[in-house]
Amino acid sequence: MNSRVILVNIFRWMVLLFIQIFLLRNMAFYNLSTPFIYVLFILVLPFHIPNVLLYIIAFITGLTLDSFYDTLGVHTSACIALAFVRILFISVSLNRESIDEPEPSLGNMGFRWFSLYAVLCIFAHHVVLFFLEAFKFTSLTYTLGRTLLSVVFTLFTVLLVEFIFHNRKSA
Amino acid sequence: MRNLWIFLSRYNAFFFFIIFFAAGIILTIRNNVYQRSVTFGSTNEIVGTAYKRLNVIKRYLNLVQVNDSLAAENAALKTQLLGIASIDSTQITKVKDTINHQQYTLIAAKVFKNSVTLTNNILTINKGIKDGIAKDMAVISLGKGVVGFVQNVSENFATIRPLLNQETAISVVLKKDNAFGSLVWGDNNFDYRKAYVKEIPNHYKVKVGDTIITSGSGGFPRGIEVGRVTNTNLSTGDSFMTLEITLFNNFSTLQFVYVVKDKFAEEVKSLQPEVKNEQ
Repeated sequence: MNSRVILVNIFRWMVLLFIQIFLLRNMAFYNLSTPFIYVLFILVLPFHIPNVLLYIIAFITGLTLDSFYDTLGVHTSACIALAFVRILFISVSLNRESIDEPEPSLGNMGFRWFSLYAVLCIFAHHVVLFFLEAFKFTSLTYTLGRTLLSVVFTLFTVLLVEFIFHNRKSA
Repeated sequence: MRNLWIFLSRYNAFFFFIIFFAAGIILTIRNNVYQRSVTFGSTNEIVGTAYKRLNVIKRYLNLVQVNDSLAAENAALKTQLLGIASIDSTQITKVKDTINHQQYTLIAAKVFKNSVTLTNNILTINKGIKDGIAKDMAVISLGKGVVGFVQNVSENFATIRPLLNQETAISVVLKKDNAFGSLVWGDNNFDYRKAYVKEIPNHYKVKVGDTIITSGSGGFPRGIEVGRVTNTNLSTGDSFMTLEITLFNNFSTLQFVYVVKDKFAEEVKSLQPEVKNEQ
């Protein structure tokens, strides 16, 4: 990992968390659908990052979010689940030795691969997040509905950001 | 031993997942059982200061509404003052208890972090121990209505557990016939304009439009108007009824609150140490 990659990722971390904490935290459609754009940071971390480092980064990201959301542990667990699904999906769908792209962004991997990857990761993250927040199964349909609507919203914002900033190949 | 090592390193993603996820869950559970952790919450000085800075901008955007509500409150106070001035003092027969005279003192505070979208919402205000705020003090809003209870205090900040939190219950009465009830946000309620009053005995006749006020116990002064009954037909199946009410207070635009300092809070609390749920 060279220093440029590290700097780019630190910059991305700060910008995405800033947007999430100070802008999107106050945003929701009828309390049902809330976007969590900061997951994009974990989604586009470089391919060759060691698993343990990925988990540590996800843990710290979640903990920071939790501090600002007053929900200690909820976002942390959700981010860890996201990191796990990321590792699983990449190892199933790609051959680890033959990866020649630096990071799994939309511009590098194409729309089909990236959108499937994003849907699965975001869904894992949101399921853990909303069920830990509700912390019960009595309002199952409500929580599930909230999860699915938020997945749609988050996916929309993630793809939007990716289309704006990462569409290098087609440009 | 070597095989075990190979096994572990081969599936390292899964084992790391178990370790980290367990850590996350433990954090969550601890956090749910105990009150919010002071270290990572918004009572934290760093996080609190960041929110405070950001709030300067937000305050400008909301100046119009704040102005309006201040003007409305001013008008209400002036009306009250006129009422007092016009009372013929020779006619007053009921003498107010002078010991109780200053039972409640209000401490004004600014809300700089607010949420209405979560299951358990938390507010943060810019007053703390330094300003005389202590845990479990009642909090009311600028205009009409109740807000909640102080949950955590640090030197300069305090968090408030508002009504929009599953753990909050406030003792209220029906203004018309003093039927006692317990005001909660409700289990599957996510509308910040609605709340429920539980445990009112079935024999009271309640109509849509009746006003709910605070009962005077639990730190709130008696007679603060909380909301209006909008639905009386919720069946519970037991001898108590549940009322749906619309709150006068709009939690999403909360800017200033008053923390109620009750002179006798300690004394009352020491008399009833076993009462825990009904605050």
